[in-house]
Amino acid sequence: MKSAVIVFPGSNREGDMLRALKQAGSRVEKVWHADTELPPGTDLVVLPGGFSYGDYLRCGAIAGRAHIMDAVRAHAARGGLVLGVCNGFQILCESGLLPGILMRNANLKFICHRQFLRVERNDTAFTKAYAKGQAIDVCVAHGEGNYTADAETLKRLEGEGLVAFRYCDADGQVTPDANRNGSMNSIAGIYSEKLNVMGMMPHPENLIEDMMGGTDGRGLFQSLVSSLAKAA
Amino acid sequence: MIRNDVASTPELVKEHGLKPDEYERFVALIGRTPTITELGIVSAMWNEHCSYKSSRMHLRGLPTKAPWVIQGPGENAGVIDIGDGLACVFKMESHNHPSFIEPYQGATTGVGGILRDVFTMGARPIAALNFLRFGEPNHPKTRHLVSGVVAGIGGYGNSFGVPTVGGSVGFHPRYNGNILVNAMAVGLARTNEIFYAAATGVGNPIVYLGSKTGRDGIHGATMASAEFDDASEEKRPTVQVGDPFAEKLLLEACLELMKSGAVIAIQDMGAAGLTCSAVEMGAKGDLGVELDLDKVPCREEGMTAYEMMLSESQERMLMVLKPGMEKEAEAIFVKWGLDFAVIGKTTDTLRFVVKHHGEVMADLPIKELGDEAPLYDRPHIPNTHLPVIAPESVKAPVSEADALVKLVGSPDQCSKRWVWEQYDHLILGNTVQIPGGDAGLVRIEDGPKGLAMTTDVTPRYCEADPVEGGKQAVAEAWRNITAVGGLPLAITDNLNFGSPERPEVMGQFVGCLRGISEACRALDFPVVSGNVSLYNETNGQGILPTPAIGGVGLLDDVTVNASVAFKDEGEAIILIGETAGWLGQSIYLRDICGREEGAPPPVDLTTERRNGDFVRQLIRSRQVKTVHDCSDGGLALTLAEMAMAGGIGATIATAPEGLALHAFLFGEDQGRYVLAVDPDEAADILYEAASIGVPAMALGITGGDSLILPGGQAISVTKLKAAHESWLPDYMAGKA
Repeated sequence: MKSAVIVFPGSNREGDMLRALKQAGSRVEKVWHADTELPPGTDLVVLPGGFSYGDYLRCGAIAGRAHIMDAVRAHAARGGLVLGVCNGFQILCESGLLPGILMRNANLKFICHRQFLRVERNDTAFTKAYAKGQAIDVCVAHGEGNYTADAETLKRLEGEGLVAFRYCDADGQVTPDANRNGSMNSIAGIYSEKLNVMGMMPHPENLIEDMMGGTDGRGLFQSLVSSLAKAA
Repeated sequence: MIRNDVASTPELVKEHGLKPDEYERFVALIGRTPTITELGIVSAMWNEHCSYKSSRMHLRGLPTKAPWVIQGPGENAGVIDIGDGLACVFKMESHNHPSFIEPYQGATTGVGGILRDVFTMGARPIAALNFLRFGEPNHPKTRHLVSGVVAGIGGYGNSFGVPTVGGSVGFHPRYNGNILVNAMAVGLARTNEIFYAAATGVGNPIVYLGSKTGRDGIHGATMASAEFDDASEEKRPTVQVGDPFAEKLLLEACLELMKSGAVIAIQDMGAAGLTCSAVEMGAKGDLGVELDLDKVPCREEGMTAYEMMLSESQERMLMVLKPGMEKEAEAIFVKWGLDFAVIGKTTDTLRFVVKHHGEVMADLPIKELGDEAPLYDRPHIPNTHLPVIAPESVKAPVSEADALVKLVGSPDQCSKRWVWEQYDHLILGNTVQIPGGDAGLVRIEDGPKGLAMTTDVTPRYCEADPVEGGKQAVAEAWRNITAVGGLPLAITDNLNFGSPERPEVMGQFVGCLRGISEACRALDFPVVSGNVSLYNETNGQGILPTPAIGGVGLLDDVTVNASVAFKDEGEAIILIGETAGWLGQSIYLRDICGREEGAPPPVDLTTERRNGDFVRQLIRSRQVKTVHDCSDGGLALTLAEMAMAGGIGATIATAPEGLALHAFLFGEDQGRYVLAVDPDEAADILYEAASIGVPAMALGITGGDSLILPGGQAISVTKLKAAHESWLPDYMAGKA
């Protein structure tokens, strides 16, 4: 299985992402934003974290219109898997692949800390290695992670089970205290309608080793690799 | 538009920060009246910030050599060998003056400047740290400054993509008018791919890279070389604006270009911009430099030679390239969307020639601009010695427990989580120990080695006794690295002081340097880079002498480390080091008794080394995983921090006889560590210590949900944590 990690000017967590994908057994290739095609045989496209184009204008707004994004949209339209983490999630929202938008954190500050997420469903290519309702320990590092959408979109996301993760406490309880960036419905990540595009603010790629504080992030990459290995 | 032949009146000379005799010296050197561009250039080269004219002769005494030192002071950053063909490149630098005037931009450009210093040497930054001091919390500007500086440091480092893994934050009224913002960066390079500033070869192209030149930051370095007065806020236009996105691109483009083999020499445009970088490249390589300013990429129209030479616009680099490789180099920069322009060449004239619109705007002897800068042996008076305060003369608290709760929730000792949560400390996926412990710890690439790093100094000790304070600053950095299991290798120093024109300040400077030198020698911990920041003074009131020390150490196996948190119930707690109950200049004396008095605790460097080596060996032999050094607030604060970090209490059964309990708990005797160990190992460790003459005593046992002091006073860990975690967020929200 092969992953293409898109690098924009200002991407800065692509190395962390490559390490996590490789650890899970994926072949990886970096793709420059100015390219127009994905490498042949790409199974998974990953938009990593960072500050693409300095987050100037609006987070993800410029990257969402980069040349390579046409190829990413086409990959998604074919049912191909796309993962966006942090800035990658912002880019997916800006490019129209996912609904809603990421606003400034409720306290208007960048926050970096460990964070539990509740796995809302485990029947997708992204989460099958987890248990439904499991609280996984990962981390966040963002200034604009406050998920916001209009009432109708929110209703649709909830109604169709398209919420991937919610901020929760260690016991899996979705509490206001656990939702530090102020996201609507404590949403940390969402799926596209067909469940093949997923965006999330937290960083599973930074919790893949005991030495760095835990391995709960591995499940996401293991899920993807095993889903795609079967498909191939 | 400023004409180049405008006359150098005494007023103009003064505005350029030059003393009349310095101006005379310059006129004598060039044998004629300077043009305005030349006056600007010399003001940039001869100010305190760039010339180190008051500090240079004293800095010569610092030990800078060791077998593992590849590059000592004098380059963009220091370089040490860490084995496996890898080098650690690091430096700390101040951005105090601009950060007081405009905290967000001042701090961002401080971080940007130090990152640039590190990647200019060919190293990829892998960690950042900082050292911050603010005025008293109830000063009307403090909250605004804390908020702006912290957001600025985060704003730059987070976007650039380097984890901020450590630092120090403190408050004192002596910083009311002059805050300290010192930023440190640590990078990794291959030992055979280090890049330097010295140009070589005549006729080689000099290229300008990065962002465009604007009118920002003109005279920034001159501003940073003067004391403040009530009108200092009007100096805002001298502060530069940071663009971390441009810096990230510059990093990637520079490292890619360096790999191509096209780079002969490289110098970042920091203080005094184009002037300082071009002169340094030429002077270090014994070559002349000729610049054609018509080629400089400008952000604004109609910029004069004077403005271009003094602009401190950020994210710019100057390089000397191998001839014929310009096209290849340009392609890399175009790919990253950055400016690239050949703006001059090296010459064999040893002259610094600046042309604009076909006219020569400046023509100066290049070596003399640096070498002939004024050098001052400023008068300094010897340090006074304050009396030693006997423990029994300091009154006991009504309750030791209440005193401890007060201290853990005090501005200086409280948790700085509110600060470091605004810094991305996890990016790159190598952070083994996050801020809040003794030292930041990062894995090197995929391991197994790791680097430990810390920033330290205790300014009140330096004020009370500069020599002991200087020693203590180095010793504490050494101790913090040791406490996580690192072998301390080298330091960078950031010497923050008041006006060197006051003999008592120079006395502090000279004293601190003596102490730093002594400690560096005794601990094999040489200085490889540094920065001097003088004139941290407002209306005649200087800051506390604050020589911040940034230390770096190596772990051969990063998985074999120690951290401060109690990890298990029932572990034996052991205190390493001698406790005499030294309360002079202690936090207890200051924050509980309201007295900033007496001599600070002396540092015995032989004992320091012996105790530290013993502790490090225990960590390396995997006998100990829990270690915390004793510093501000003494043993009580150390124990409280270990309990809070682990969420496990402890019972301290013993206090030595003949020593008052508060002196035992709050004394700040140096060279001490607290360990928590497997109870079955405790006897062995105590025996080992005794056999080599290291003082060690069993203090008690971990467990329960309270910290129980000798005599039975108990404080719940929950209560300690509440006090510890609440002060700073409450203060910043306007509640404290």
